[in-house]
Amino acid sequence: MLLRYRGGPGMLAWAFHRIAGVALWAFILLHVLDIWLAAANPGLYDEVLAVYASLPGRMGEALLGAALLYHALNGLRIIALDFWPRLTRYHLQLWYASWVVFFLVGIPGAYLIVAPALGLPGLKG
Amino acid sequence: MAVLTPAGRARPRSAGFEMGVWYLIRLSGLALFVLALAHFSITHFVSDPAEQTSAWIFDERWGGLLWRTLDWLMLQMVVFHAFLGMRTVVSDYLKGGWRTATLMVLYLLAFLVFVLGTVAVMSVPGGPVA
Repeated sequence: MLLRYRGGPGMLAWAFHRIAGVALWAFILLHVLDIWLAAANPGLYDEVLAVYASLPGRMGEALLGAALLYHALNGLRIIALDFWPRLTRYHLQLWYASWVVFFLVGIPGAYLIVAPALGLPGLKG
Repeated sequence: MAVLTPAGRARPRSAGFEMGVWYLIRLSGLALFVLALAHFSITHFVSDPAEQTSAWIFDERWGGLLWRTLDWLMLQMVVFHAFLGMRTVVSDYLKGGWRTATLMVLYLLAFLVFVLGTVAVMSVPGGPVA
C-alpha cells in the first residue's frame, strides 16, 4: 500500500504520516525502557544518556523531532479536515502552511539540538 | 460502510468499537500535540540531554508530584495513540491468522509498555515508591 503511489499531496501526507508514526512508536518502546532504567539501574541509565547526548545521538534526536513535528502538524490538519469538512476547499493551503511551520520551527530546533555536540553557540551558551 | 472523509481514515458509520477507536485516536492525538511537543521542547530546549542524569531526574524533573502526574497522563495517551495507530497499520498489511497473531503481540507489548512506564514514573532510585 505504501509503495503504490497514487499521486498528489494527500498521498504524500499519508505516507509521511505513517512512516513517522511507526518510527515514533518504535522510539516509545526504547524510551520507556531507558526511563525505567533511571531508577532501576542509574549507572546504566547514565551511560545510555551519554549516547543520547553525543553527536550521533543528537542527530538522531533531530530526526526524531522532525518525525514528531511532522506527525503532530499533519495530525492537526487531519483532525481539522475531519471535523470541519468545509475546510477541504483549502486543503492545499493547509498542506503548504504545515510545511512552512515545519521548517520555521524545525530548522532552528534541529540546530539547537545538535549545536552543543559541535561546540557551537546554543541555548546553554 | 464507512463515511468518506476528506483527510483521515473514513469515520465508521455505525456507533461501536471502531467508531470509538476513530475518536480516541483523534482525541489522544490532540492531547499529545500539547503533551508530547511540550515534553520534547522541555527536554531539548529548556533543559539539555547532557544534564538529564538519573540524579537530575529524581532531584529536579520528578522532584514533585505534578510532573510525574503529567508524564503518566502522557504515557496513557501515548499507549492508546501509538498502539491503536499500529493496529491500523498492521490491519492494512496483514490478513487472517497473521493479523490476529501480530495484533496479539502488539497488545501484549502495549500492556508491557504501560506497566513498565507506570513503574518508572512511580519509582525512586532503588525501586517503586511504596
